[in-house]
Amino acid sequence: MRVPMSWLHDYVDLQTTDPRQVAGRLTEAGLKVERVEETGADISGVVVAQVLAVEELSGFKKPIRWVTLTDGSSEHQVICGATNFDVGDTVAYARPPAVLPGGFRVDKRPAYGHDSDGMICSARELALGDDHTGILVLGKGDQPDLPLGADVVEVLGLRDTVLELSINPDRGYALSVRGIARELATAYGAPFRDPADLGDRAGGPAGDATAAAYDVRIDDRDGCDRYVARLVTDLDPDASSPRWLQRRLTLAGMRPISLAVDVTNHVMLELGQPLHAFDRAKLTGPIVVRRAVAGEHLRTLDDVDRALDPTDLLICDDSGPIALAGVMGGAATEIGAATTDVVLESAHFDPVSIAYTARRHRLGSEASRRFERGVDDALQPAAAAAAGRLLEQLGRATVAAAITDVDLRRPRPVITLDPSLPGRLAGVPYAEATVRARLHDVGCAVDSEPGDPLQVTPPSWRPDLRVPVDLVEEVVRLEGYARLPSTVPAAPAGRGLTRQQRQRRQVGRALSAAGFVEVLAYPFVAGSTAEALMLDPADPRRPSVRLANPVSAEEPFLRSTLLPGLLVALGRNVGRGFADTALFETGSVFRAAPPGAVMPHPPAGRRPADGVLAAMEAALPAQPLHVAVALAGHWERPGWWGPGRLAGWADAVEAARTSAGALGVALEVAAAEQSPWHPGRCARLSVAGTIVGHAGELHPRVVEAFDLPARSCAMELELAPLLAAAPEIVPAPIVSAYPPATLDVALVVPIEVPAATVETALRDGAGPLLESLRLFDLYTGDPVPSGHRSLAYNLRLRAPDRTLTADEAIAIRDSAVAAAASRCGAVLRT
Amino acid sequence: MPTPDYDPKEVAALQADQLASAVSAGRAAFAAAPDLEALAHEHTRHLGPRSPVALGRRELGALPPQARADAGRRVNDALTALQSAYDERRVELERDRDAHVLRDETVDVTLPWDRRPPGARHPLTLVQERVADIFVAMGWEVAEGPEAEAEWLNFDALNIPPHHPTREEQDTLWIDPPTAGLCMRTHTSPVQLRALLERGAPCYVVVPGRVYRNDPLDATHSPVFHQLEGIAVDEGLTMGDLRGTLDLLATAMFGPDVRTRLRPDHFPFTEPSAEVDLLCWVCHGTSTDPGAPACRTCGSEGWIEWGGCGMVHPVVLMSAGLDPDHFSGFAFGMGLERTLMPLHDMADIRDLVEGDVRVSLTLGVEG
Repeated sequence: MRVPMSWLHDYVDLQTTDPRQVAGRLTEAGLKVERVEETGADISGVVVAQVLAVEELSGFKKPIRWVTLTDGSSEHQVICGATNFDVGDTVAYARPPAVLPGGFRVDKRPAYGHDSDGMICSARELALGDDHTGILVLGKGDQPDLPLGADVVEVLGLRDTVLELSINPDRGYALSVRGIARELATAYGAPFRDPADLGDRAGGPAGDATAAAYDVRIDDRDGCDRYVARLVTDLDPDASSPRWLQRRLTLAGMRPISLAVDVTNHVMLELGQPLHAFDRAKLTGPIVVRRAVAGEHLRTLDDVDRALDPTDLLICDDSGPIALAGVMGGAATEIGAATTDVVLESAHFDPVSIAYTARRHRLGSEASRRFERGVDDALQPAAAAAAGRLLEQLGRATVAAAITDVDLRRPRPVITLDPSLPGRLAGVPYAEATVRARLHDVGCAVDSEPGDPLQVTPPSWRPDLRVPVDLVEEVVRLEGYARLPSTVPAAPAGRGLTRQQRQRRQVGRALSAAGFVEVLAYPFVAGSTAEALMLDPADPRRPSVRLANPVSAEEPFLRSTLLPGLLVALGRNVGRGFADTALFETGSVFRAAPPGAVMPHPPAGRRPADGVLAAMEAALPAQPLHVAVALAGHWERPGWWGPGRLAGWADAVEAARTSAGALGVALEVAAAEQSPWHPGRCARLSVAGTIVGHAGELHPRVVEAFDLPARSCAMELELAPLLAAAPEIVPAPIVSAYPPATLDVALVVPIEVPAATVETALRDGAGPLLESLRLFDLYTGDPVPSGHRSLAYNLRLRAPDRTLTADEAIAIRDSAVAAAASRCGAVLRT
Repeated sequence: MPTPDYDPKEVAALQADQLASAVSAGRAAFAAAPDLEALAHEHTRHLGPRSPVALGRRELGALPPQARADAGRRVNDALTALQSAYDERRVELERDRDAHVLRDETVDVTLPWDRRPPGARHPLTLVQERVADIFVAMGWEVAEGPEAEAEWLNFDALNIPPHHPTREEQDTLWIDPPTAGLCMRTHTSPVQLRALLERGAPCYVVVPGRVYRNDPLDATHSPVFHQLEGIAVDEGLTMGDLRGTLDLLATAMFGPDVRTRLRPDHFPFTEPSAEVDLLCWVCHGTSTDPGAPACRTCGSEGWIEWGGCGMVHPVVLMSAGLDPDHFSGFAFGMGLERTLMPLHDMADIRDLVEGDVRVSLTLGVEG
């Protein structure tokens, strides 16, 4: 909403002249001023001048005039491309050095073979309106009504301040000069003159409610509870909007169009009541307000043929629909250049109905915006009268005294308010008198005996005030949010972070400490992601939750694995020059709810039964939390210290161990063939026999699909089973101060035996005195027989209560080797 | 003078001249030792258990008492003399080592070491944890909820009526089919309901989390962003409590000089409602003065919009089965990107969502 300060000054007397202070007060009252725009301040050197002589130049593609002007003290000659003026007219002359809106400088310069000493301005060039069909003629004839040489900015009142407000959806009344002026009057304690109160303005059609201006019938009371019609006749089709009206509309952000349209817009801006003007000559039969019937069509003012929905509210006559009520008029009854008789519609429509229709037809208009937010339902007669009066004054029209006022309004509910409630919710006591005064400021009628709860009737322009807390907000905001105390409530003792929250933090810390950079990727994926990841048609990791209205049509699914987002981010980083990149992400993936689950939709305002809440949970997609990494390039970079090492499958497995290890969980690792990993370089990761994820090198086709460096690696784990497997209490280690016995064994093992199996056998065979076991060498080749490899382990043995003897240590080693021999066919290498 | 129990056996090593020559040999050797290693070697020779003086000392027992006392004194003097000669030389050599030898081992410690590329956590994760910690310290708890959410929890229970514009497709991402009553949560507010339904009152929780809107990605909008929600429901909570809590959070996030402002706003799930703004910490509001230079941080508005807040609407309390005549509460919600971006003078929200390692590596620190 844009509103010029000059317009507000018509209805509220302000002592202050500082528009920024005014803007601050409005913002504090909840009408946020986004911008304060000074207009006219950027115009200089434009003066009133009279045309003394006109010479028509020939030889150009369009008519060009060489005009002699006087500004009262001297004569000037300028080139002009317009022809809508005569000798003797007064015009707006930009006399060099002049400046026009937008910083456009006007100097003496050659044009069409002459030295043009400035220019004659059009309305648009002065930001006075949209008119650029000719220059702005200030006065016709030989008797100039404006002093020559006077500053046009001053004589036309071009200097103004426009407040640009962002109005919240609950404050429909503030989409008007009337509403904003009222708030301003309250903020400054200044007198307010209601522009809807026409009694104090001389002249105009008072109206006769006993006679009908035009036959109107409301068939849908829910959609329309009031319809006022006035008949305007003998409108002068040549009458155009005066400059002040065009100027106001332009400053308010609307385009001047024609007198009748400009007048209805002016009334809407001033009072907040959208009006519609029908060409009386194009109407056939009575006006009927009703819902559309399936199959009906309407060609709207914007010349679009619209198929109507049975919930659309319509204005109709005998010919059928003539307007989408409260949204847009129809083309067939539109007023035109020849219109002389007009039926003015000033109605009150149901906000919800208007909102649905405007959105269904994508037809948000100034009118629908106001109706959606709630229009004053007492305003219709005044708004119609105000428009009629302007058409009488400016268009030489006659307004019939008869008024049609179909009034089906229901009584407004009274709100019972405990006068202590505003203070109790605000945390600062308000005297009852203060509460009453503030409600009165808002326009409420307050009725009650002292000591009783207040019986509050909100004003007709505040349909948003429905329950006691709505009134509380009015009292508190007018008393000032700035006056609220600042207190910190004492919460009862809390339990701290949950175990899962602590565990998740720990996983993130461990991975970042291990060299992984966290990213938060978008969860939107394409359906083809499943193919890019080489997932089988039956794979549960295929995307299964789809958005009805995705942000991007190419990515309609929600991720079912973290990998696509991570791999894209990996590729992006490599592409931006970060060849050695290791990323991780923790986040939810989405799996479709079980088929047949029905989402309940209980009423608001009371707690649903436990069964309903349980059904709600059951109908949600499963959203397990995952952690994943993706890495490419060097894990250890080469440098002056020596060679580097490329990231490999083992680093991905290590990332999984790091994640689990942060929770005190040991992962079981086994070989697996699982997309999207390399079939020979994929580790299946389990906890107590439950598979929790996979890690390894990516399949070359996946690497290619995501345009990644060769041999990029990845890991993904489901967090819930890991978190659940974490020991709640970790037993402390037995810290023995006795010296360890360390022994090395090299075992020759058939190559197909996994190292993990050998290791398990050694551990089992060694028993409880084995403190640690570490593979320190891996060897194939002579003299190890082919099909075999040598695994060299370091065993560290320690007893809690004594120094182990050499014999004991050797016995343990032999037992470990024996277990490896029997389970894995291992042979001690000598 | 010979004594009666004089042992005729000569103990040459205990003779004064012998000891004197051992001392002078030792002194000479210590003085000649070129480094600490050589000195240690000489120490063994002249002061070690098999050195002449030590060997002589062993013989003391064989002497008659008077001679033993004399010889003992001589041996001790010799040992003391040798020890002090040794100590002197050692101090000298250590000083020499510190002065020269370690210098010769000098390396260039400014050589870069970036063998392992570093890791980092995302600044949005850290800010969520930081805020959570602030509230946990006050006894609040951290609540969570799913990102794909029930329509009832995201809208109805929050007093957002069916015709409300935020339910429209241009704002809300709906899960297919649209009749399923499932959407991507448009705010963290459904967790208000979840927390109240689960815990009842009193309830003091914060909810950091991801939310979704149907906005295409540009410099200032992202279809996926993060919010911090807070809700407190108890007996007698006030807007003053809301204000105090926000002031505390603002101070914790932006430092002790931050200034907040509450101004009336509208949200269906709070009444009264407010927007909380922060006075721009770069221009302190001066960029709104006529002719003042523009401020990038606040867009020359003087204040930075931080989040929405208000007193929990009775319909919300009732949807959770709580009696609004008995309990009151406040709630607030702010965008975490909007908190981070002005704080770090970031102009483009895409930097936070694209996963460029430079962002986490630079901002993922505890500064």
